[in-house]
Amino acid sequence: MRLDPIAAPSLRRQIGLPALALLATIAVAMMLALIAGANPLATLGLIAKGAVGSKFAALETLNRATPLIFTGLAVAVAFRAKLWNIGAEAQLYAGAIVAVLLGTGVLGAPLVLPVSALAAMLAGALVLLGPVMLKTRLGVDEVVTTLLLNFVMLLFVSYLLEGPMKDPMGMGWPKSAALVKEARLPRIVDGLRLHWGFALALIAAVAVWVIQTRSTLGFEMRAVGQNREAARFAGMPVNVVLVKTALLSGGLAALAGWSEVAGLKGHLSSDLSPGFGYTGIIVAMLALLHPLGVVLSALFVAAIFVGSDSMSRAAGVPTYIADMLLATALLFMVLALMLTRYRVVWK
Amino acid sequence: MSDLFDILLSVSFWAAAIRIASPLIFATMGELICERAGVLNLGIEGIMVIGAFAGWMAVYLGAPLWLGVTAAMAAGMLFGLLHATLTVPFGLSQHVVGLGVTMLATSTSYFAYRLALPEVTSPPKITPFAPMDLPVLSDIPFFGPVLFQQTALTWAALICAGLVGFVLFRTPLGLAVRAAGENPAAVEAQGLSVTGLRMGAVIVGSGLMAVGGSFLTLSAFSSFFFEMVNGRGWICIALVVFGAWRPGKAVLGALLFAAFDALQIRLQQTPLGAHLPYQAFLMAPYLLSILALILMSRRAEVPAALMVPYRKGER
Repeated sequence: MRLDPIAAPSLRRQIGLPALALLATIAVAMMLALIAGANPLATLGLIAKGAVGSKFAALETLNRATPLIFTGLAVAVAFRAKLWNIGAEAQLYAGAIVAVLLGTGVLGAPLVLPVSALAAMLAGALVLLGPVMLKTRLGVDEVVTTLLLNFVMLLFVSYLLEGPMKDPMGMGWPKSAALVKEARLPRIVDGLRLHWGFALALIAAVAVWVIQTRSTLGFEMRAVGQNREAARFAGMPVNVVLVKTALLSGGLAALAGWSEVAGLKGHLSSDLSPGFGYTGIIVAMLALLHPLGVVLSALFVAAIFVGSDSMSRAAGVPTYIADMLLATALLFMVLALMLTRYRVVWK
Repeated sequence: MSDLFDILLSVSFWAAAIRIASPLIFATMGELICERAGVLNLGIEGIMVIGAFAGWMAVYLGAPLWLGVTAAMAAGMLFGLLHATLTVPFGLSQHVVGLGVTMLATSTSYFAYRLALPEVTSPPKITPFAPMDLPVLSDIPFFGPVLFQQTALTWAALICAGLVGFVLFRTPLGLAVRAAGENPAAVEAQGLSVTGLRMGAVIVGSGLMAVGGSFLTLSAFSSFFFEMVNGRGWICIALVVFGAWRPGKAVLGALLFAAFDALQIRLQQTPLGAHLPYQAFLMAPYLLSILALILMSRRAEVPAALMVPYRKGER
């Protein structure tokens, strides 16, 4: 088997192959439903209905998409520069901690939201700065260090929630005190369960897109990602670019945790994120690392999660089908994208 | 301070260290084989989960323990085949595919577990490997309990490490595998298939990772529960770096790491444990892994073609 590069991939190839990847994922979904003893078509229908079938369901999907847009952007920004930030989970919790620290009465009305958002971004950026400094200074692989820090951060959160941040009124549950009203993100429309975090996520996506396409930093990040040696040869400060990328990426991931606490939950608990940081990798890859695509793919991923939860209650297919489908979609998609640029020649 | 000496001199501490090291040794050997052939296998964490699950499930359904280990290995090799197919002939990003394989293997285990046991509240137990009882040897003071009252799977781990070292450094096959990770073009010039060598290494390595996972359910604990692998796979990747891609050093690293882990568990019971939150102790192994990476960063002899996909005729 050999791979021949295709000079100018046809539009049919560029659209057809990713579409095929999605169809293959749907086929896997139906197969899994069959294995679980459910009707495949009915299962798909229940997932769709559970995700967008009612106003309540659709709003739930938008809410679930909010942290995924942030972590998806965080991963997309980093991966574009070939900075392997697998630690969005840790950075997310850093942001959540700051939301509680500054949101429980330290700061007053007009200041608290912007200050705590910026402080959260700073905290997330700092969490990623460590591994990136180790990478640029000592050549320590950032994949493993960022992964390991996720575990450290979760334990730190557990310590905070059982110690200094424990809610005295929490009836023994390890959770923080509730945020004061001024520190909460209001709802976009009164009576509808959707908070301003979602709007903020959309703004962040546009902002990242502008940075990537219109700024020198965006150009440098792309160049460093495409060919680090060439970028260095062209006189680009590669390490400085990597550090800036890390600050942006960590900050974005932290906003996921910040908005979950300030917008949705109102307090911090150690189950705040069911792996939003890791899922951000899938979101970013399905979006081809494009910041605006991240919004669409986060909505898609959130729909699969919310839909599967509801389908699972009705049809009895375990809810882990969602994680299986998304992992499958990820693998099919990277394969499809490669095949748009290369032709397989058997010989 | 005297607490520390009491712990370090106790039989149970050293026995625990070797027990904790066993799954790490299997999985570290697995990762080491993959990386020596030039493929970073980030599927390790998920492959350990599927190994823990498949081994446990087989035994739960009535298979003998060794068949459980075989089932784990087969499941691991299957996901290894997936990883190898995508990263070697298709040359896809080893980072993305590895994380994808971890997510897929983990969710497959959880899905299958929930499907097989929808209603259970407390995880059902199996009868795990029993500690060996060798005549004379097991009765030697200190060394008896530390070395000769371990389960057969622990011994399998140590033998496996010896075997991996022998094959990699003393046989033509091992030379070819290492060359595939250092200079694939030269391997191809010898008329050997880089694709075949790398795929084989990833599949075999993944099998070993899964056996490491199955140690958790078939020897260390007696049931399968979610998140039981808990980052051990990532720690093994750090151990490969710490061991400078050498099986002997990697085993030493695993033992050192396990001793530290056994120590932190025991220190929690001492007056020190009353002063420090228990989370600080639990963090220590992860921080230690990062520290190990930092210490070795200057000296590491990374396989030259690690993470570089090989395409015939290019370059």
